[in-house]
Amino acid sequence: MSKIQDIQDEIVAEFSFFEDWMQRYEHMIELGKSLPLIQPKHKTEDNIIKGCQSKVWIHAALDKDQLVFTADSDAIITKGIIALLIRVFSHQPPAEILAADTSFIDEIGLKEHLSPTRANGLLSMIKQMKLYAIAFQTQLN
Amino acid sequence: MKERVAEIRADFPILSREVNGSPLVYLDNAATSQTPQAVIDVIADYYSRYNANIHRGVHALSQEATDAYEKARKTIQAHFSAAHAHEVILTSGTTHSINIVASGYSTLLKAGDELLISALEHHSNIVPWQMLCQKTGAQLKVIPMLPDGTLDMEAFAHLLSERTQLVFVNQVSNALGTVNPIPTIIAQAHAVGAKVLVDGAQAAPHIATDVQVLDIDYYVTSAHKLCGPTGVGMLYGKTELLRALPPYQGGGEMIATVTFEKTIYADLPHKFEAGTPNIAGGIAFGAALDYMNGIGLEAIAAYEQELLQYATEQLKGIEGLRIFGEAPEKTAVISFLVGAIHPYDMGSILDKMGIAVRTGHHCAQPIMDFFQIPGTIRASFSFYNTFEEVDRLVAGVKKAQMMLE
Repeated sequence: MSKIQDIQDEIVAEFSFFEDWMQRYEHMIELGKSLPLIQPKHKTEDNIIKGCQSKVWIHAALDKDQLVFTADSDAIITKGIIALLIRVFSHQPPAEILAADTSFIDEIGLKEHLSPTRANGLLSMIKQMKLYAIAFQTQLN
Repeated sequence: MKERVAEIRADFPILSREVNGSPLVYLDNAATSQTPQAVIDVIADYYSRYNANIHRGVHALSQEATDAYEKARKTIQAHFSAAHAHEVILTSGTTHSINIVASGYSTLLKAGDELLISALEHHSNIVPWQMLCQKTGAQLKVIPMLPDGTLDMEAFAHLLSERTQLVFVNQVSNALGTVNPIPTIIAQAHAVGAKVLVDGAQAAPHIATDVQVLDIDYYVTSAHKLCGPTGVGMLYGKTELLRALPPYQGGGEMIATVTFEKTIYADLPHKFEAGTPNIAGGIAFGAALDYMNGIGLEAIAAYEQELLQYATEQLKGIEGLRIFGEAPEKTAVISFLVGAIHPYDMGSILDKMGIAVRTGHHCAQPIMDFFQIPGTIRASFSFYNTFEEVDRLVAGVKKAQMMLE
């Protein structure tokens, strides 16, 4: 089992303790506070994930053979979502990131954020992180 | 009216459903209104009994469908007090209607002509005119907005000149609910010889509009804001103006005779109705107006004003809550922000409580830029909303505020 899968299982187990949506959202809001923040110089127009409502910036850099993500958003719930994604994908080899599935989002009751019309663009965030993985994988090769 | 609301709510099947485990509180009426059973039945009845292509067939079904469609046109004509049924063009909605006029003017305008547009417009009433100006060399000028969300009428008077060919303004702003002074705008525009297009998408569900009394040149709206289905709307235009406007799309239904050398266009309204229209939608549009008129637009407007006043007072009691757009005359729309909370966060939490509001820039980015905010939370009320629902919104906003601050 990959390390990414282990982290996802850990998150699913963590969320299984919550009894209702409020506790889940409160947890996400907490998670948002621990988000590894993007450096101001990387908060550029180019690094904005295009979504309709909240702004999301994601930056990636290679540390030896692992990809390290930093990010930010102007919305708190969105920050929590990115924090979860970063926990799963950051400090992992690009090849593992590319191969990973993201079914855990469904399992922790955040399925509504997966809809392509959803303004936070969770799908776009995952896509952007995988695009970074492709780019850096090419570099590693 | 207040006493009748429970009865009226029973007409709307969707209002009894639950969302995320709570009874739905639907406060996104400015985006689309809900559909009463009577209108749903009309659509089902059309497909169950007399679905056929209109205007061409000699068979019974086609006759019945044509009669129903044309009857709906007459209902729409009567509702907006148009002089003739042929002045009512059935379209796919407000955006389509605006594009018909904009596209037509691309052959009528010349470089140096000016178009005036209000700062309160929806993107659908900005983009087509920008495209038109690019094509013709005409210039687009903007009637500015004042901090309370009303139009700067002094600036408007200064912008008008003999060069002004067209003025485009919404009757009610979708983002703020401001009711614009249409009679004054029309009188001043006509005085310099300019025509006026009134976007009634937000006004039609709340304000009875007589296009002849107001001397409106073009009026556009969508059925789905009026308890009707999506994908159908109307363009009203004065006969002589619509006759002068070239057709928008070529195709069947809009022609009188076709040879390879020359095509003679059909007369109004068919000139602008190329192809098979949304027949069930058109018929249902008529049924939706019948439904609303059964309740009465005046009673609807009076009750919605009560809801607006109550909701405004209650929301203002929340610490840190700011309302955007406080024009003296408003429809039941409240655009607001709470402290530094992002509208998206507030909207997501309210959704978990079964409360449907809109968040974002409401397709009116210039307004958000004016206030220097990324967007707002917008609660928009309809005649089927209740005072209890206002209370649930207020309680929901407070709960979300506790979670997010």
